[in-house]
Amino acid sequence: MKYLRKNDFIMLGFAVVLFAVLQGLISGRVLNSFWQLNLLIVGINVIMSVSLNLINGYTGQFSLGHAGFMAVGAYVGVVLTTNFHAPFAAALLAGAAAAGFLGFLIGIPTLRLRGDYLAIATLGLGEIIRIVIMNIQYVGGAAGFKGIPHHTNFAWVFFLMLFALFFIKNFVNSTHGRACLAIRENEIAAESMGINTTKYKVMAFTIGAAFAGVAGGLFAHCFYIINPASFTFMQSFNYLIMVVLGGLGSITGSIAGAFVVTFISAALASWPEFRMIIYALALILLMFYRPQGLFGYMEVTNMGIFRRIFRKGGHN
Amino acid sequence: MASELLKATDVSEVFGGLKAVSDFNVHIDRGELVGLIGPNGAGKTTAFNLFTGVYQPTTGEIVFDGKSIVGLKPYQITQRGIARTFQNIRLFSELTVLDNVKIAFHFHVKYGLLEAVCRAGRYFREEEEIEAESMKLLEIFHLEKQAGELAKNLPYGAQRRLEIARALAAKPKLLLLDEPAAGMNPQETKELMEMISWIRREFGLTILLIEHDMSLVMGICERIYVLEYGTIIAQGTPEEIRKDPEVIRAYLGGEA
Repeated sequence: MKYLRKNDFIMLGFAVVLFAVLQGLISGRVLNSFWQLNLLIVGINVIMSVSLNLINGYTGQFSLGHAGFMAVGAYVGVVLTTNFHAPFAAALLAGAAAAGFLGFLIGIPTLRLRGDYLAIATLGLGEIIRIVIMNIQYVGGAAGFKGIPHHTNFAWVFFLMLFALFFIKNFVNSTHGRACLAIRENEIAAESMGINTTKYKVMAFTIGAAFAGVAGGLFAHCFYIINPASFTFMQSFNYLIMVVLGGLGSITGSIAGAFVVTFISAALASWPEFRMIIYALALILLMFYRPQGLFGYMEVTNMGIFRRIFRKGGHN
Repeated sequence: MASELLKATDVSEVFGGLKAVSDFNVHIDRGELVGLIGPNGAGKTTAFNLFTGVYQPTTGEIVFDGKSIVGLKPYQITQRGIARTFQNIRLFSELTVLDNVKIAFHFHVKYGLLEAVCRAGRYFREEEEIEAESMKLLEIFHLEKQAGELAKNLPYGAQRRLEIARALAAKPKLLLLDEPAAGMNPQETKELMEMISWIRREFGLTILLIEHDMSLVMGICERIYVLEYGTIIAQGTPEEIRKDPEVIRAYLGGEA
């Protein structure tokens, strides 16, 4: 088991080096502000896709309302920082707690549903959250919330992303994560092995929603204004695309998916009408040639060359 | 009657207008190996589903280890000490053989969510123990070489053995085996018989099994219940069952 800890340190080392390089590029103004913003969005999208992957990919509960939880985190965060001048960290934490709590409340009744029914229920709930926010005048309604302090920088995004990745990686490699995997594989057998399936479904949903809340807080503080239109069903769908494209049940996949999708949409920013066509084509091709996604159920740590660095053992 | 582990009294199960099981009375003592046989559709699997909480009995009482288990959820019953296998294999097919067994240790694990996420406290020690114990179980069932393979890629007989290994990982007092020898050839069935007797001694288990393979049932069961149309028509030792006219009639037909 010692190699696990060693792998963690190697990975952390890589991450710090990566951070130093990217931060250097930003500070040295090598990247223009457009790509700087995109770098932030990638990090936020990684948090979104890896947390959605916990629900969809690891626990096998098809959720389509992830942007709704993001909206909760975003709005709770901006109200606290803008109206109450709370510190950024406290606002993010409150946003995560609010989104997590809502996920917990929503999870208990909806997770009794399966497959398509759950997808439709979560889709509806995501929309309800958005429409409720749209009708609260205190947060600006449909016009949006203005005057948000610009707190989000690359360090916040990067290290919270790292935290989310490590959190979910360690979760899925524990008995709690295995319980979630068992539910995905065969709910009846999981139950007969002594796993409280409702508890673990709700737990995965809550953790996923809380991280979506963090991502929402980070997202909101990138801009001067946010409005409910940023958290539509299309946005939830976008995160689903990242997860499916990257590979269900793979953390490496979530990162890759977030990267690819964010950069494709950034590169196509000038031709928004082609964006969805290219998405659709990419997905169709993927489903034909690699239905399990780029990294379905696989991690970079147990592939070819990386195996030598990360010695032995399952998906860490 | 302290030695009684499981007792079902006047249990019935009604699906709509169909009485799947009625006036069902069974008792199993500690350490016994009991067989439950009967023609197809007699209600054997329904009985298993009643014992494991998949179905709730319409009437009657089921007592396990001195306490009623009626109304409990399947996972709660497993935590009380009943583990089972399934007639139509239900493995976690996209996971490795080792992970399949590890999952069943779940409710014995003491480390909490925080310890798991921080990889601190009891996490490493308990994970090591789980891994070692899982490998030991896999060795008993001759699956240690396939520990890293996906469960779905195992041959049929090995999948059946893995299901038993997984059920044992939950450390049950009572093991329910639903047609463990289905689809096995005579040689595999013979090995399975030896394995079942061995694990019973080694783990101090009580076993109830459903089986169609008469060589297995007659070979290892100490007591047999015969079920037909949802009711027990006979019970006794293998010799008694073999000679029972009711059983012969149920299996071979005859004048009613």
